[in-house]
Amino acid sequence: MNLDDALQTFIVEARELLEQMEEALLRIEQTPDDPDTINAIFRAAHTIKGSAGLFGMDHIVSFTHAAESVLDKVRSAELRISSELVALFLSVCDHIGVLIGHVAEGSEPDAAVRQASAELAAKLRACLGQPQDAAKPGAPAKLAANLAQAAPRSEAGGVDTDNWHISLRFNRDVLRNGMDPLAFIRYLTTFGKIVHIVTLVDAVPALSSIDPEDCYLGFEIGYQSDADKAAIEGAFEFVRDDANIFILPPHSKISEYLRLIDNLPQEELRLGEILVRCGTLTQAELDRVLSRQAAEAVNEAPRPIGEVLVEQNLVRPPVVEAALDKQKQIKEHKATEGSLIRVNAEKLDEHINLIGELIIASASASLIAQRTNLPELSEASARLSRLVEEVRDSALTLRMVQIGATFNKFQRVVRDMSAELKKDIHLEISGAETELDKTVVEKIGDPLTHLVRNSLDHGIEPAEVRAARGKPAHGTIRLNAYHDSGSIVIEVADDGGGLNKQRILNKAVERGLVKPEQILSDSEIHQLIFEPGFSTMEQVSNLSGRGVGMDVVRRNIVALRGSVEIDSVEGAGTTMRIRLPLTLAIIDGFLVGVAASSFVVPLDMVVECVELSTEETQAAQGRDHLNLRGEVLPFIRLKDLFDIPEPPPPVINPADENFLATLSALPGFASTGVILTAEGAAALAADPELVFLLHPVKRENVVVVQYAGHRAGLVVENLLGEYQTVIRPLGEVFNGLEGISGFTILGNGHVALILDVPGLVRRVATRDRQRHAGNRRDIAQTDEPRQLGRAPSMLDRDFVPA
Amino acid sequence: MEKNVQHVCLAGEFTIFTAATMREQLLAGFDGADEVEVDLAQVSEIDSAGVQLMVAAKQEAAAQKKVLRFSGHSSAVLDTIDLCSLAAYFGDPVLIHSPA
Repeated sequence: MNLDDALQTFIVEARELLEQMEEALLRIEQTPDDPDTINAIFRAAHTIKGSAGLFGMDHIVSFTHAAESVLDKVRSAELRISSELVALFLSVCDHIGVLIGHVAEGSEPDAAVRQASAELAAKLRACLGQPQDAAKPGAPAKLAANLAQAAPRSEAGGVDTDNWHISLRFNRDVLRNGMDPLAFIRYLTTFGKIVHIVTLVDAVPALSSIDPEDCYLGFEIGYQSDADKAAIEGAFEFVRDDANIFILPPHSKISEYLRLIDNLPQEELRLGEILVRCGTLTQAELDRVLSRQAAEAVNEAPRPIGEVLVEQNLVRPPVVEAALDKQKQIKEHKATEGSLIRVNAEKLDEHINLIGELIIASASASLIAQRTNLPELSEASARLSRLVEEVRDSALTLRMVQIGATFNKFQRVVRDMSAELKKDIHLEISGAETELDKTVVEKIGDPLTHLVRNSLDHGIEPAEVRAARGKPAHGTIRLNAYHDSGSIVIEVADDGGGLNKQRILNKAVERGLVKPEQILSDSEIHQLIFEPGFSTMEQVSNLSGRGVGMDVVRRNIVALRGSVEIDSVEGAGTTMRIRLPLTLAIIDGFLVGVAASSFVVPLDMVVECVELSTEETQAAQGRDHLNLRGEVLPFIRLKDLFDIPEPPPPVINPADENFLATLSALPGFASTGVILTAEGAAALAADPELVFLLHPVKRENVVVVQYAGHRAGLVVENLLGEYQTVIRPLGEVFNGLEGISGFTILGNGHVALILDVPGLVRRVATRDRQRHAGNRRDIAQTDEPRQLGRAPSMLDRDFVPA
Repeated sequence: MEKNVQHVCLAGEFTIFTAATMREQLLAGFDGADEVEVDLAQVSEIDSAGVQLMVAAKQEAAAQKKVLRFSGHSSAVLDTIDLCSLAAYFGDPVLIHSPA
């Protein structure tokens, strides 16, 4: 692995750790004393520091070090978690994110960032200083209490040894940089005595695989000296950039040793060795324990070494616990490492693209197999198609991620904003395990943030208003996700004031979006807030209400082939429901034919197919409604919608002119345009009534589709069956096309257009409502004819699929 | 059957500057041998890179299930092994080094 790869891994990991840290920080406010959560925060900071050290990012190391020191105090219960501390650490967390961002961009942090580093570090140091300051008169009582709590612990926390402990881990390049680790150790002997030294050789590879110019060594040194810390640090002055150096003064607190144990490289260390290496006990002491353990093993089951050590008073229980923890962590780490692989997203996309090609290829193979009429070939191709389908499904699940991570980010948004707005708001999350495509997750973040911010700012009322309305003082925002017929539904719900319909309507009239006399349904009024530049807020807050946004939200969602709807009850709350397709790449389609053109309807949205008989067409009386088992079903004729021409009539053979002359005299024949055989013609001549047989059986079918609770029928000529489809986007030229969301290539090489069912359903629904509004009141002139008449012109007339 | 013992004699500087060649020499010693004996008497100077190679050779021997012995440690080698307290790790008999 070269350094660049390693750096990428570092950046990705650091970001993940920051996320975990943030999540833990938010959790800890509720459970301030939970050691697991505190440890999680500490570990995140600590790991980032360690890895940053490996890459020589001193500014990150020094900054995270300050944070870590404070966390260490929290861990040893010398400091208590308070909401100020959580707030400080959230900003620390953000700041580390900024620093990591600079690393990712390969840029140096600018003056402002460095300034922020310094300020935050100063605040952190202030936290560290508090216990001492507390002893001074006039310090707040709370701090004095902290001190009282902390004091006995730190007294008991010292380790008996009166040696310095120095822990050295050299970077790979130290030898190449012209430095010899041993020289530094030798230098130590000039002003002190090395009491014990352990050379860590575990990392040295075998001769056949070693790079002789890399350095693999580490040292743990117990050191006796009268020199002060600065002098000892000075010994390592030149190698500071090329090594991780920890220097613990004599009688250091146990917590310092615990940190060191946590810091040891991730190697499988035996407990005894860890303790020896930390200078907590000598090899001789350990040997004594080991021999005792062996002697006992004869009589009874062997006891864990940790227990024996404590019993013999050789180490203090916390040290053993930390060492055991470390062992466990290493093992757990290895276990998860084995089950997860990081894959470059581009590789995954390439893989999915190839599977798309595979699906097209397999469709064409099965088409040919059908034509050949060879049972073996058909069977083989059927098996192949089934496998391809499975491969596709499993490939798509590779891209699936749980939405929970996205949801959890809003904990922070809600926390920060409710503080800013001085409202007490809780966030409830459900359906976090619902999975959807990674690209969709990435793109839904912004619209979702906008909706949540809106709910926080406009939705939830101030506490006084809530109290007056008899609601609990704290507001609640709920994020929920679930799967529903091939789409994922994400809900942002609040228990706030709901949308004020009258105000929206007034505003819409004022802006000329709606005519004053127009009667709109509730949901139509709600949809108005998605109009560009629409805001009912009288006062614009810092957070939202500038009237930009909701239209962008809708645009973003529509771009993902999704939709958004609003349920709102005035005074009780609002629910925004986003509906998105599970994946953007491949769909199961239903192939239909109109004249010579083929269209694909996403199969998830198809409810059923029914035949459209002539009687029904007549019963509809040109109103484009159908009686489906007693329910009214609006329908659209694809042929009209896309202005598809009739296929040209077959060429008439001039040799048959005689027959035709006779036949064309027959009533109703001229329209069929059929060429007859001699026998046929003779039969027909004998019995003119038979002419109805010559009319091509031209049935129309209705494909009933459903989207977001609305049903509509699509009138087509042929039903061609299920068809797996790779969605290919239409080119720039066809961007504004309504009713079509993409295209695909059929097995026979023809192009089929993929219908944009949500768009069509919406169109039918609007047409319907307008018609109803028109019926209810004569004033509102119905837009319907214009709407329908406009439909074909939406399409480029030249762009009629061949 | 008699064991095939290879002798490798390392001489001069055993440091970062010679590490690559020394590695080749040591590796060559393993070729076709059951036991490798490395004579360190002529080593005039050794640094971390040298120590590391000794460790690596030891690992190699373990991996190939062969025996590796270092012998005739020069005072430079002894001094360094002492400094790192690696004598027990290598487990080779050494002459007691009297402090000068």
